[in-house]
Amino acid sequence: MGTAVDSSALSFYIHIPYCIKRCGYCDFNTYTPAELKVESSLSDVSQGYIDLLITEIEMAREFSTASHVPTIFFGGGTPSLMEPEDLGRVISAIATRFELSADCEITMEANPDSLTKERLQGYRDAGINRLSIGMQSAVPHVLKVLDRTHNPENIAKVVTWAREVGFAEISIDLIYGTPGESMADWEASVDAALALGTTHISAYALIVEQGTKLAAQVKRGEIIIPDDDETADKYILADNKFSAAGLNWYEVSNWSKAGSPCRHNVAYWQGANWWGAGPGAHSHINGRRWWNVKHPTAYRDRIENSLAPMQEQEILTSEEKSREEIMLLIRLPGGLKREDLDSSQLTCVEGYVASGDIDGAMWDRGELTLTQQGRLIADRIVRDLVL
Amino acid sequence: MPAIPLAKAPQPSKTDPAQIRNFCIIAHIDHGKSTLADRMLGITEVVEQRNMRAQYLDRMDIERERGITIKSQAVRLPWRSGLDGQEYILNMIDTPGHVDFTYEVSRSLAACEGAVLLVDCAQGIEAQTLANLYLAMENNLTIIPVLNKIDLPAAQPEKFAEELARLIGCQPEDCLRVSGKTGEGVEVLLDQIVKQIPAPVGDPNAPARALIFDSIYDSYRGVVTYVRVVDGHLSTRDQIQMYSTGVRHEMLEVGVISPEPVPSKGLGVGEVGYLITGVKDVRQSRVGDTVTNYQRPTDKPLAGYKDPRPMVFSGLFPLDGAEYPMLREALDKLQLNDAALVFEPENSAALGFGFRCGFLGLLHMEIVRERLERESGLALISTAPNVVYKVTDDTGKEIIVTNPSEFPDGKIMKVEEPIVRATVLAPSEFIGAIMELCQQRRGNLLGMDYLSEDRVEIRYTLPLAEIVFDFFDQLKSRTRGYASLDYEPIGEAEGDLSKVDILLQGEKVDAFSAIVHRDKAYTYGVMMTTKLRELIPRQQFEIPIQAAIGSRIIARESIRAIRKDVLAKCYGGDISRKRKLLEKQKEGKKRMKMVGRVEVPQEAFIAALTTDDEKSKEAKK
Repeated sequence: MGTAVDSSALSFYIHIPYCIKRCGYCDFNTYTPAELKVESSLSDVSQGYIDLLITEIEMAREFSTASHVPTIFFGGGTPSLMEPEDLGRVISAIATRFELSADCEITMEANPDSLTKERLQGYRDAGINRLSIGMQSAVPHVLKVLDRTHNPENIAKVVTWAREVGFAEISIDLIYGTPGESMADWEASVDAALALGTTHISAYALIVEQGTKLAAQVKRGEIIIPDDDETADKYILADNKFSAAGLNWYEVSNWSKAGSPCRHNVAYWQGANWWGAGPGAHSHINGRRWWNVKHPTAYRDRIENSLAPMQEQEILTSEEKSREEIMLLIRLPGGLKREDLDSSQLTCVEGYVASGDIDGAMWDRGELTLTQQGRLIADRIVRDLVL
Repeated sequence: MPAIPLAKAPQPSKTDPAQIRNFCIIAHIDHGKSTLADRMLGITEVVEQRNMRAQYLDRMDIERERGITIKSQAVRLPWRSGLDGQEYILNMIDTPGHVDFTYEVSRSLAACEGAVLLVDCAQGIEAQTLANLYLAMENNLTIIPVLNKIDLPAAQPEKFAEELARLIGCQPEDCLRVSGKTGEGVEVLLDQIVKQIPAPVGDPNAPARALIFDSIYDSYRGVVTYVRVVDGHLSTRDQIQMYSTGVRHEMLEVGVISPEPVPSKGLGVGEVGYLITGVKDVRQSRVGDTVTNYQRPTDKPLAGYKDPRPMVFSGLFPLDGAEYPMLREALDKLQLNDAALVFEPENSAALGFGFRCGFLGLLHMEIVRERLERESGLALISTAPNVVYKVTDDTGKEIIVTNPSEFPDGKIMKVEEPIVRATVLAPSEFIGAIMELCQQRRGNLLGMDYLSEDRVEIRYTLPLAEIVFDFFDQLKSRTRGYASLDYEPIGEAEGDLSKVDILLQGEKVDAFSAIVHRDKAYTYGVMMTTKLRELIPRQQFEIPIQAAIGSRIIARESIRAIRKDVLAKCYGGDISRKRKLLEKQKEGKKRMKMVGRVEVPQEAFIAALTTDDEKSKEAKK
């Protein structure tokens, strides 16, 4: 189904579970110094943590039969809190045990607050060649609801510095549907992101995750979540503007210039193999998924005692695999092909072609591509196809 | 002490009828009948102090919780009169207090010579008590008026003694004053029962005749039949015969309740007790039938009762379709004990397989449903209750409609609906509110009388359909709980009625169809379409919701198509979680009922079938 998986390739996801402060909407596996009750400086923490990651990379080498690494992704948390040299040590650890592909994509998520031109130079020198910058919004009152501390004007400065030190691939992250965000606010953010002229933009509808500060505010009625119709309109506005600017969708929430999709993320959707290192990180190798223990301390205990940090694993049945493939590949244009579907699924697709949710011309050529309207109800279409 | 030890008391089967007094207690639900009965059990010492529990005679949990009596029972109480020092046997026959059970009341009355009219002297007489009092008077029973709860600070015995005296035509001083709670006056009452109520009269040498006044199913003993012997004698050595069916039964056990069953050699004239014959179905031992001797049968049956006619119908469906056989089993079991319950299989396109059930009234319906859920652990959906309609189509053919789906589609000449005569008793300050409610419910005022200076009796005819909906709740809320209601069917009348269907995307949803008066059709249509718009989740296409009479649309709403149903983020760490969510939704999808292309969650059916009243109660909280 879809693209045949190359099992000689192994991507790496490196989790950096630290932030200076936690944003109100965030439910990621990340910890602030206060939460960890550390008294030493973040750089000490960082150094010690990198050693643990390197040990896990050694474990990956023992376990995996892959030969080369096409992509590495530093996510978090806030990877840009780590010293450039420390991230460099991780990259070298991978490069000495596996072969980095010649065009290896190495991405780092970055918070504009923690970046200077010097640090950016350092990351570039360490081997990172792609930045994903968390802009979220260009509108101060929206950023405030999101609990983001950065000054929106910093973004342009950071993007300029990044270009100056040699980053060609830069992505901007946006969030829409934040309570209190008007359509004009969102349009301003979209315009501001496009004005930066980057090769890639991701735009996500805000999800109120359980257990976050934002969820508590919603529950207390302090904040009202905008309705889905308005959020849909914002998606349409963004998609239209991005396409007009030459950024085309290659996944439901991702747009890029030709040749600039994030290859690391595409690997997830196409069911490729990857190793996630760090607390709470997920891995997938040939239909087996597992995830690490979640807390940094538990993670350290495992690694220091030479134990695998795995918390739990699942081995997918063929039925689960096929459901998962439909669930993921439908998010990509042409991700699913006619031959991937059985006869009742084909009937279901015909219905959605008729209702304008699946592109008819593409389907005639045997490829399933959601229309703009169809992308907005992708999960519903998946349920119809697999349940 | 006037109590007599059981062993020394006159024994069943050889008690002289002159020593027997058969009586019942007529009272409103919370006027303290069970407490008084408990007190009588205590004073006559048939229940030892240490075994006493509240509401001793109310067998079923549900009775004790709701404080109401559903099945009548008979208890034999030995008593030495304080007036003449003689030994007597008092048979107390319990009666249900609710309007739905008038039928059961009337059969307990037929087994008695007298009735204690028990009234809470802080509240006065209630409509249902009044109705039962009239029944007792029609049966020529001796009435002993008793004011209960004289220990309460709010007691007004003088006021209500006058009210009672006016109703039954006695002197206010004739009203006894008791407190079931403290026991004050109860011994005097027992003595007055002996003094005022006549002893039963019968011919001990005639062929046996005994009236079946109750029949219950016991899972250990089979059917237990309660009888009152009128003539002759029933003995364990006899074979008996049911007059109506002619079927012969072996008598396995005869006895009296005191208050636990005590086997005896037999029952003589005037005595009240039970029979066990080994039958398994109460319908073989029908209430109202005459028990006689097989070898020497009577040719004169006792006047029986009319079969109870179900007045209110509702569909009961298991939430989980797989529980349909369990529901049938549970209904069969309930019917063993409840001859008034009728049911037949029903198939609803929306709710699946279930049963259309007929009940005596709303309380009966609620109790049946609660017992099904409690005793059999079933989760049920019930459709809105309706009455029985007689529809005549344009060919003159008459169709009996107990289910809106049976309502003919074609041209209709007339529709007749059951009419009741309703009596409302309330403080006079609420006259306006009550009349307004009755007018809204298509009532016709029959008359109004003052029971006392500030209490009135208001009489209306009303369509039963208007009462089964939420009339009682409305009445209570408009009179701050002071009004009481009783009604009895008095026949049928033509009404301007039509069937309103609810359509989802043009598909009729049978569970929501209702037969309503033309003036209310629009309101019903708007209420249902609005409710459904809120309850049905948006889907990928627009869903028109319409209310229609025949092909004429009277109300419409629509559920807009869903525009967004996608999780924005789906990265490495999200995949397992998202797949599991998908698998969970598979369960959710199973609980969806398909109406055409529309997925309707089961919860939406339940919520839409729940009356608005319950909602507004919630809101008030």
